[in-house]
Amino acid sequence: MIASNLPALQVAIPLIAAALCAMLRTGETAWKIALFANWAAFAVSLALGIEVAQYGTVSYMMGGWEAPLGIEYRVDAINVFVLLVVTAIAAIILPYARTSVAAEIDPTRQSWFYTMYLLCLAGLLGVTITGDAFNIFVFLEISSLSSYVLIAMGRDRRALLGAYQYLIMGTIGATFIVIGIGLLWTLTGTLNLYDLSTRIPDLGDNAAVLSALAFLAVGISLKLALFPLHAWLPNAYAYAPSVASAFLAGTATKVAIYLFLRFFFTIFGGEAFFEETPMPGIFLVLSLAAVFVASVVAVFQDNLKRMLAYSSVAQIGYITLGISLATETALAGSVVHILNHGLMKAGLFLFVGCIVFRAGVVRINELAGIGRQMPLTMAGFTVLGLSMLGVPGTVGFISKWYLGVAAAELGWWWLVALIVLSSLVTLVYVGRVIEVAYFRAPSGPVAQAREAPPSLLIPGGILVAASIWFGIDTSLSLDGALVAARLLVEGAF
Amino acid sequence: MTDLLPHFNHWVTVILMVVGLYAVVARGNMVKKLVGLAIFQTSVYLLYISPGKILGGTAPILSEAYTVYSNPLPHVLILTAIVVGIATLALGLALVVRINEAYGSIEEDEVHEADGP
Repeated sequence: MIASNLPALQVAIPLIAAALCAMLRTGETAWKIALFANWAAFAVSLALGIEVAQYGTVSYMMGGWEAPLGIEYRVDAINVFVLLVVTAIAAIILPYARTSVAAEIDPTRQSWFYTMYLLCLAGLLGVTITGDAFNIFVFLEISSLSSYVLIAMGRDRRALLGAYQYLIMGTIGATFIVIGIGLLWTLTGTLNLYDLSTRIPDLGDNAAVLSALAFLAVGISLKLALFPLHAWLPNAYAYAPSVASAFLAGTATKVAIYLFLRFFFTIFGGEAFFEETPMPGIFLVLSLAAVFVASVVAVFQDNLKRMLAYSSVAQIGYITLGISLATETALAGSVVHILNHGLMKAGLFLFVGCIVFRAGVVRINELAGIGRQMPLTMAGFTVLGLSMLGVPGTVGFISKWYLGVAAAELGWWWLVALIVLSSLVTLVYVGRVIEVAYFRAPSGPVAQAREAPPSLLIPGGILVAASIWFGIDTSLSLDGALVAARLLVEGAF
Repeated sequence: MTDLLPHFNHWVTVILMVVGLYAVVARGNMVKKLVGLAIFQTSVYLLYISPGKILGGTAPILSEAYTVYSNPLPHVLILTAIVVGIATLALGLALVVRINEAYGSIEEDEVHEADGP
């Protein structure tokens, strides 16, 4: 009974738990419900992962109504990977939330925080698992609306502006996506993704298909914060509560990247179609611009969270760079970087949350000597920072290696050189934080700061351990990514 | 002119879409931006619903008297989209109220000036 309804449970568990949390007035009970629901969702996606690995694509008819009339949930190697990443990162962050949320959020609003956290999780999982185009829009808006609220709960008043800005940009993005879906629906008469993937190639060279493609490209690029559509991201991540920053940075943009892969590769007909459009060229230029411009901007930030937010834009640039190359190796690099960047950035934001918890500062200049006061926190931060650089033995190396190999296979040695060069810019902004933290005498609030409590350190520590584990033993992460990449290149469903 | 008339529903959609987007981009007042956003979203409702209408068609009633009927699916979809639109507008306005409490203004340039560079 439970085993056959796993795809529905994946979304239903966090959704129902969110409704329960909304009825509570104390943060403590809400946290327990959220923790249970989140770990249950992770268990469900693990079970789905095993099922997909054994039997291939799982198709689930919502309410017993046959597709294409009913809504289908379809789980294959691509989205089960994203489901696992999202639920795992959310499940690791949640134990951290108890201490951090108690310190950062008003007691009367704590249960609302967990409600929004679970709604956002349900929305992200829904976007990933569903096989229905309009369902994607609805779940996307569920996750977006709840993430606006999560961001607005930050203590700084600029969090409100960040949330408002994100609301405007996010809604334009979602509306563009729904326009694209509407055009496809008018052309084909179906909203089922599998049906779309079989009917669109028959339409041939149709102007409406191309305009649908354009609307989807811009809409999804807004959601995944592709340069230069990233303007909403830095303020949103910089002023949100620590837990919300870590959660959104680790998961939200990754789901948008999945949507891009799903639409452009699976539905429109694999790598062959993608290569015919002007998309690879545009994406290549914009990705490189994202990597370099956002990294350079990150160097000049004085707010640590804003610096990490710009670094997110740059890291997303690596993912879209792999997509623009559109070979199997490059796509494997992109897909595995969805996991790798999620681990790194969520971990980095968690350690910044530790600093905020103990010292209450996020300006890099005020962090002098924090490495002596909070040695474990800064050690974790440093390891993840080195991973972003792509030091061998960490996850960051694996993704960059695959991107480099893909570029070399195409004979684009200039691109290999640019990827190496971009790591040097990363070194500048990561190195600046390390220099301030370790090589200056503590002063101000930092001098009184103690090491963060274990409840905050352990979740961050798990993410550090995972970044090293997947950096050395890639059998789990990379094999999944390679299977997904093969499906994407073929455009198979 | 005769070419345009058969597709006048699409023209209305496109004009509303552009008017809405223009208001979002060009206005500095946060409430006016949200009004623009609402117009932009409303144009999409038309995009979905108008192709579903068949001239002379009725509601989908199972009866031998009616053979031609309009597609009911877009209405159901757009009902959901309207709910989403209302939720977005309500949340946006709530944020503007909070911004007004925190900054004493809802003009974008004044608010950004208040925080300094």
